[in-house]
Amino acid sequence: MDLEKLQQKLMAVAKASPPSEQVPYAFEKRIMARLTAPLSVDVWAVWGRWLWRAVAPCMSVMAALGVWVLATMHPEPESQNLEQAIENTLLSGDDVAGE
Amino acid sequence: MEPSDTELIAAVRKGDVSQFEPLIARYQPRVFATARRYARREDEIQDIVQEVFIKAFQKLDSFRAEAPFEHWLMRLAVRTCYDFLRAHQRNRETTLTDLSDPEVDWLERFAASPADNSKNTDAARALVERILAQLSPEARLVITLLEIEDRSVKEISQLTGWSVPLVKVRAFRARAQMKKILETLTREKYL
Repeated sequence: MDLEKLQQKLMAVAKASPPSEQVPYAFEKRIMARLTAPLSVDVWAVWGRWLWRAVAPCMSVMAALGVWVLATMHPEPESQNLEQAIENTLLSGDDVAGE
Repeated sequence: MEPSDTELIAAVRKGDVSQFEPLIARYQPRVFATARRYARREDEIQDIVQEVFIKAFQKLDSFRAEAPFEHWLMRLAVRTCYDFLRAHQRNRETTLTDLSDPEVDWLERFAASPADNSKNTDAARALVERILAQLSPEARLVITLLEIEDRSVKEISQLTGWSVPLVKVRAFRARAQMKKILETLTREKYL
């Protein structure tokens, strides 16, 4: 099949049948109604939009704080043994009361 | 005597919004015809036209009156149609494999006698629509403006906002894409 000729034929058909200029009844009124309608604000939609926008900055701040805490954290010196650590913890109340 | 476009635009700019209505009434047939080149469903066509006029109203301050209002509006219309094509390119409804019987008949008659194929232009139109629907948004826009509306490269450049070399490149690619689609169509059906 001659594709070049087929293309020409189809384009000729498309040229010969331009689309209709028909307009639905009172379409201009519909557009004017849209243009002149008072702007109604959906508060919840606005709130939702702002929440979504806040997600990225909040995550960034959280990540930055996490990195900062990890970088500046000084590890506690390890206790001599677990038994001593428990005893210190349990008796710390008595020490305070004794003072 | 009806007020001119310039008078109506000046009135709208001064705050008389109602003067936009005669502008819509004057140009909506052309905008509808443009939208019908790119969309099929009537609700989509009406959405496009509505968007064009709302954009025109919102951007009216940027209209410099260096060219007729109609040209400025048609630029907006073509760009809105292009945006529509890009937004809907994922959900194309037509394929090349489900040709209707009249479309197949038309192709068969063309294959038998390429010179004489004047009958059933409805089928040919449906075939054109089917092929255009397979093109990318850029290719469809260029083919429509260049091949169907017979516009020059310079005019297309002004309408689309693309540079002249870009229009030429896109036209070349669009023709290649169209040829490929026709090859697929005819290979599947007739070879």
